[in-house]
Amino acid sequence: MEVFQGKAIFGGIAIGPISFFAKEEKQVKRVKIEDTQAEVERYEAAKETAMEELGGLYEKALKEVGESGAQIFEVHQMMLEDDDYNDSVKNIIVSQSVNAEYAVATTGDNFSTMFAGMDDEYFQARAVDIKDISERVINVLMGIGHAKISDEPSIIVAEDLAPSETVQMDKSKLLGFVTRLGSSNSHTAILARTMNIPALIQVDIKEEWNGKMAVIDGFSGEFYIEPEPEVLEEYRVKKAEQEERRRLLAEQRGKATVTKSGKAIKLFANIGSVSDLPSALENDAGGIGLFRSEFLYLESDTYPTEEEQFKAYRMVAETMAGKKVIIRTLDIGADKQVGYFNLDKEENPAMGLRAIRICLTRPEIFKTQLRAILRASAFGNIAVMYPMIISVEEVRKIKAIMEEVKKELDEAGISYGEVEQGIMIETPASVIISDLLAQEVDFFSIGTNDLTQYTLAIDRQNAKLDEFYNSHHEAVLRMIEMVVDNAHKAGIWAGICGELGADVTLTERFMAMGIDELSVSPTFVYPVRQKIREYDGETK
Amino acid sequence: MAKFNYVITDEVGLHARPAGLLVKKAKGLGAKVTLSCNGKSADATKIMAVMAMGVMKGMEVEVTVEGDNADAAAAELETFFKENL
Repeated sequence: MEVFQGKAIFGGIAIGPISFFAKEEKQVKRVKIEDTQAEVERYEAAKETAMEELGGLYEKALKEVGESGAQIFEVHQMMLEDDDYNDSVKNIIVSQSVNAEYAVATTGDNFSTMFAGMDDEYFQARAVDIKDISERVINVLMGIGHAKISDEPSIIVAEDLAPSETVQMDKSKLLGFVTRLGSSNSHTAILARTMNIPALIQVDIKEEWNGKMAVIDGFSGEFYIEPEPEVLEEYRVKKAEQEERRRLLAEQRGKATVTKSGKAIKLFANIGSVSDLPSALENDAGGIGLFRSEFLYLESDTYPTEEEQFKAYRMVAETMAGKKVIIRTLDIGADKQVGYFNLDKEENPAMGLRAIRICLTRPEIFKTQLRAILRASAFGNIAVMYPMIISVEEVRKIKAIMEEVKKELDEAGISYGEVEQGIMIETPASVIISDLLAQEVDFFSIGTNDLTQYTLAIDRQNAKLDEFYNSHHEAVLRMIEMVVDNAHKAGIWAGICGELGADVTLTERFMAMGIDELSVSPTFVYPVRQKIREYDGETK
Repeated sequence: MAKFNYVITDEVGLHARPAGLLVKKAKGLGAKVTLSCNGKSADATKIMAVMAMGVMKGMEVEVTVEGDNADAAAAELETFFKENL
């Protein structure tokens, strides 16, 4: 058994034999041509055939993946009719007296190099489209058919897949994709998501895998070649569970998260990085209630740049397509240490320089993050929340910094959307003054893990204290109720994003308290929703 | 000749699909339409050139229309920009 790590594009498990998708070896040779006029006509004819093929693909994609997935083929047609592209091909044929294949390959290379060199990754991804249309014409010119996939249902492994190749495949024979190249913004990735097919990119693929049994874990990004019987069995079970959950979800999908008494609850998912998104979508989360931004800092050797952060936030906002995405600002310190911050070693890190305290002492780091969040807010429905708040003064300072950042963006002419601002309620202090804090912000999100630790004065990391620890401690539950009451008095909403939110033995109690939002690990969305839909008591 | 300026609001800028829409529209106008932005310019009927300008959201493009019915075409195009881009 061998295991390879890739980047998951779409969650899900696929089990089956590998079919290595090798594009037919073709070498475009430079051949001297006497009759260049005839060669130009040969090119024109091949282009017409390619245009017809693209028309057919547009129709096929329209039926299978809908208008938005099909549009790319219309764009490909336009690219193929582009004057500059055609002039370049014809000019090469005529001026160099060469064959059409060579002229198309050269033109395709030139144009795709131009796009590959652009700054924005959306534009960079267009290089693939140009290669795709050029290959199509070359195939017609050389009389090469389209690469076939195996007749058995299989996992397709390839260097890269062009959107047209993805759509041409027979969906009933397609268990999953694994490619070496590709980006999460490529049309192929978008198509994989639309077609609900587990897919990994950036895997170090090998041709000798052809025919071998394999497993795609689209949640962790792992790819198993010839898995051990136990592993295979484990994934068969997971896959069956996944299918069962899918079936239940399909029944539930689109159904509102509403109690029997008619209160609509925001049921969101917690994510720790961009790679958790497929799972949030698959489980039908109504939004992201806690996007932990720490991963950007933890995965890096130095402070993540505004651009890096912006890309990650924008990606999540766009993928959630208008659903709320609540980004929690930097929450390091305590059990999450990052070397390059050069923080002093503390006797008592849980009560030390962490989270918002770092941001307020080092506002330049904080402002970079806020700028990235604001810029990303132009691409979706983003809200921001601040961790570890203990006072009104802190919140006012944060809001002033936020205003400064907005002013800087205004001056630079950079647009941003409406961003709700909320705070985490995770210290007893913030609970007690939640009436005052509610005047300052748009929402509260209760972090029950830290709130429990600080309220009970029990270190979460210390296993010896387990017998004293009670996650359902009445003190914590009363605090939650107090926070909800104070939120509602001020006309704002309150939710829970800690682990307690996913505890279905407490869902009824939370509903009775009048909780407006629960944000849970993606896999808990379904059971919690079930509980909420069954609740027929009063809600405040 | 007629001219107008427009700030792109489409989230991903003048990228494949939006550029495609614009090219389709420009071809149907029967006038010469030129886009300029960031010191680059392109004939609006050429999708590769339009995309190669790398126009992103928030950037201002200058649209120049030349031809017999330039004013009417520019007005039509301006409406199109507002509705689609």
